[in-house]
Amino acid sequence: MNFDPSYIIEILPRIIQYIPITLLMAVLAMILAIAVGLVLALARNSRNRLLSSGAAVYISFFRAIPMLVQLFLIYYGLPQLFPVFTKMDAVTAAVIGFGFKQAAFLAEIFRAAFLSVDKGQMEACITGGMTKLQAYRRIILPQAARNALPGTGNIFISLIKETSLAFTLGVVEIFAEAKMQAAESFRFFEAYLAVALIYWLLIIVYTYLQQKLENYLDRPYRT
Amino acid sequence: MIKVTNLKKRFGDLVVLNGIDFEVKDGEVLSIIGPSGSGKSTLIRCLNFLERPEAGVIEIGGVRVDAEKCTNKEIRQLRLQTAMVFQNYNLFKNKTALQNVTESLIVVKKMPKKQAEELGMELLRQVGLEDKRDNYPATLSGGQQQRVSIARALALRPHAILLDEPTSSLDPELVSEVLQTIKKIAEMDTTMIIVTHEMDFARDVSDHVIFMADGNIVEQGPPAELLDNPRKERTKQFLRTFHANRKR
Repeated sequence: MNFDPSYIIEILPRIIQYIPITLLMAVLAMILAIAVGLVLALARNSRNRLLSSGAAVYISFFRAIPMLVQLFLIYYGLPQLFPVFTKMDAVTAAVIGFGFKQAAFLAEIFRAAFLSVDKGQMEACITGGMTKLQAYRRIILPQAARNALPGTGNIFISLIKETSLAFTLGVVEIFAEAKMQAAESFRFFEAYLAVALIYWLLIIVYTYLQQKLENYLDRPYRT
Repeated sequence: MIKVTNLKKRFGDLVVLNGIDFEVKDGEVLSIIGPSGSGKSTLIRCLNFLERPEAGVIEIGGVRVDAEKCTNKEIRQLRLQTAMVFQNYNLFKNKTALQNVTESLIVVKKMPKKQAEELGMELLRQVGLEDKRDNYPATLSGGQQQRVSIARALALRPHAILLDEPTSSLDPELVSEVLQTIKKIAEMDTTMIIVTHEMDFARDVSDHVIFMADGNIVEQGPPAELLDNPRKERTKQFLRTFHANRKR
């Protein structure tokens, strides 16, 4: 069998160098997705018809189109319509693409999380004199966050993995580096196995951190 | 002083409040009794616009709101005149007992945290729960939660406290601790409106009782008069059923 484990050890350090760019894209896209997703969730739950149907259309569109199609649309398509976008670098395009798509998925998770908070909580807030904004910030959002965390964590895991698609825009991250190493050495299996192990490790670490956060947010509800 | 004039509310075709008028003087306790679906909870929820009435004038502590033409600002002003105690407590689940009491003081009244906590502790002491200050609602019994929610209502120093069936969700053996607490507060000349099914308690604590049925005030008067010698047939019938059920 043509398998050389020592080659994995050899290229791991080279691939690991690109972990920061992978994580940078995932984290920035996540921040963008949370911000947009929150606005979408509130718009979706709003009594204003225009806001709610606008959000519904957004969610429907971005949930439907494949990630790769969307990345190409943004990076290769937009500059044709608006020349300013030719200045946009590939990392920015990738972050925007990932963020706007996952926002659609997060919006549904957040919406369900908001609905899961007992409506008596809002009544207690406003009879206590709070404005709706104060109520959301201090009482509703923290309770919804706990309900949203497991689903949100899954989105972040998807994001970490999806960053591998950024290589199609020319971004060199861990997957692109593995691909180049493989092309040079013809050791495809070892190179891709190495990068697969790195993804696995990243997600193990993230899962551990999320568990910690879940335990922390769960404190008030333990009997 | 609370003055309600010609208050009307409907849900679709169903008339829930059919022109309600009443008054509560400062320091008085008003109990509202009546069968389920008579509109008593809706009435108390209209007083702070948790339900929006279609018509009528509500005047509490000098704030006067006409339901047919009022701004959000006026509604908020009106809400600041009252505090509410809910049937299922509605304590903030992500806050400790003490934080539940101090939350509005800090956020709405902009009181410094330390001062709010001192006042909060004093109120928890009043309801007998000073040792539960750092407990989250999930770890408190129903009776304890309701007492915290009474302390939370008192913290705002409202013109009046509205209590919507404060003991209806409680295990029978926890009812009395909550009623004791309410009675203690009533004796401090707190203006209160209580929707309740506890007739003995209503007799004991109120200055005035309203009997409601089908969206109307059928009869009102001092508790001894209304509960022991009702004039209207509908009231008699309700009290008969009530006493019969209790004997069973």
